Amino acid sequence: MDSWRQHRSAFWAAFTAPTFWLVVFFLIPLSLLWLFSFGEKEGITGINITWTLKQYARALDPLYLGIFAKSLWMAFLTTLICLIIAFPVAIAIVFAPPKARLWLLLLIILPFWTNLLIRTYALIAVLRTRGQVNFGLEWMWEHANSFLTLVGLGSYNLLGADFEPLGMLYNNSAVLIGLVYVHLPFMVLPLYAALDRLDRSYMEASFDLGAGHIRTFRSIIIPLALPGIASGIVITFIPAMGSYLTPDLLGGTDSQMIANVIERQFKSANDWPFGAALSFILMYVTFFGLALRAVLSKREKMGGKAA
Amino acid sequence: MSWIKNPFKRDTRKNPAGPLDYYRKLWLRLAVIGTLFFLYAPIVNLIAFSFNDSRRNIVWRGFTLKYYEKAWANDSLMVAFGNSLTIALITTVFAVILGALSAYVMWRFKFPFRAVYEGGMALPIVIPEICMGVAMMVFFARVGWPTDLPYPLNLSAITIAHIAFSFPFAAIVIRARLETFNTELSESAQDLGASELQVFRNIIIPHMKPGLIAGALLSFTLSLDDFVITFFTSGPNTLTFPVKIYSMVRFSVTPEVNAASTVLIGLTLILTALALKLQNRDKELPIV
Repeated sequence: MDSWRQHRSAFWAAFTAPTFWLVVFFLIPLSLLWLFSFGEKEGITGINITWTLKQYARALDPLYLGIFAKSLWMAFLTTLICLIIAFPVAIAIVFAPPKARLWLLLLIILPFWTNLLIRTYALIAVLRTRGQVNFGLEWMWEHANSFLTLVGLGSYNLLGADFEPLGMLYNNSAVLIGLVYVHLPFMVLPLYAALDRLDRSYMEASFDLGAGHIRTFRSIIIPLALPGIASGIVITFIPAMGSYLTPDLLGGTDSQMIANVIERQFKSANDWPFGAALSFILMYVTFFGLALRAVLSKREKMGGKAA
Repeated sequence: MSWIKNPFKRDTRKNPAGPLDYYRKLWLRLAVIGTLFFLYAPIVNLIAFSFNDSRRNIVWRGFTLKYYEKAWANDSLMVAFGNSLTIALITTVFAVILGALSAYVMWRFKFPFRAVYEGGMALPIVIPEICMGVAMMVFFARVGWPTDLPYPLNLSAITIAHIAFSFPFAAIVIRARLETFNTELSESAQDLGASELQVFRNIIIPHMKPGLIAGALLSFTLSLDDFVITFFTSGPNTLTFPVKIYSMVRFSVTPEVNAASTVLIGLTLILTALALKLQNRDKELPIV
């Protein structure tokens, strides 16, 4: 690596343009937002920066605290479900033959490349009242009913007189399904990476010493894969918490998450300072998560050196 | 790649399953199949029903392309599609140039506050999309960015925002490629009298090329796929594909949306296949 001093012209030629773009079209907008979070609304469009903490104090209102708690809770559930689904998948991929492993990884990554809006829309089509899931349930219901009639139990209406389609859309569980759907690859990949690094002789030793699969999983795989698990948790949790589109399209009136509240402040409610304060609270939570991840991965590296 | 010399690789047809052959365990296979079904069934369903000859979108009534014709005849949808492609193309050009330059700076030079600089470059990748979206919206509103410019300048605000979030991604991919560069090449070129610019143009850029292409494909897909930031930076008169689909989706599930979405998925698939092909040619290149 060269010192920039020895190659000043080359350094500045490469340094200027990207830095300009980052500063002018990213850092300045963010700083503007940060400034606004200490301001107050004045009239319809005016914002007076008075360095007040009022907007942050407003975010502590039980209503907004409740939405923050809800976002955290939804992100937590999403992360938990993703972890439960992703762990067996990651184990299967790690131990798959090389060729199958590449294909499986590709299949897990591919949805990443598909438009989030399209994926959410695809879920709506499947989950709605007249969608495929209800269609399948109705089909099963009819068959179960005709079976019951066949064995002479048809007159009791054991399964209800008519098929009631499940209202699977526009509620919290729809949002949860959507969040898991979108964030599952975020969990599989770091778990895969962690398990792939794992030294298999430890597992063999565990089997040789008579431990079963569950014991080996609990005492060998989980402790050794812990940094990967932590990393997966953080990178699933952070985007899940800040999700906008999923709760907006799949959720009902009570499924609002923090990003939806932020959007409302900037669009319909037209309260930029408050929206700015909420954005920065969300960002600070994000940074906290990232810092946590950095500390954990550092610890992992140090542990690796010690071992 | 480590698995090439995997000592545990067995010929699975001849040997019985060993304790580590988790891939051959039935319940793990079921977990994989179930997960893939969960991930793909809605998308396959969406694609299949774009060809279905029924508005109800639920029972198969025969193959048709009429919803593609309808989507094609839907002027605002086509304008939106054209706008999104324009944005993605311009974004790609800028993102690759800016990404290459910043990757080069971070790869080659030692300078004060280098860690801070790298952190700043990673910031657009890590902050929640909604925060970046509202920040860009506030910025363009405050500087009084004109919203009534003629095409393609009416897309400038969205494009600027897209460049801002996609060039750091391109930089990561390009930098990974640069890490494989053998600096003896540039040193010997300089010993032979090549200038700084000649070294960059004739040696470093050709080496970067697979990274540049991968970075370009990545920025193109990122731009095409973005909804949130586009949503906040699009003016009242600019229509982009995701925003148009969003407003259509709010109303109902219609086969035209399926058809338009299928086209976009197809485009993404082609780009991904291209990227993977390039990756196979050059193993060290990370795509994700």
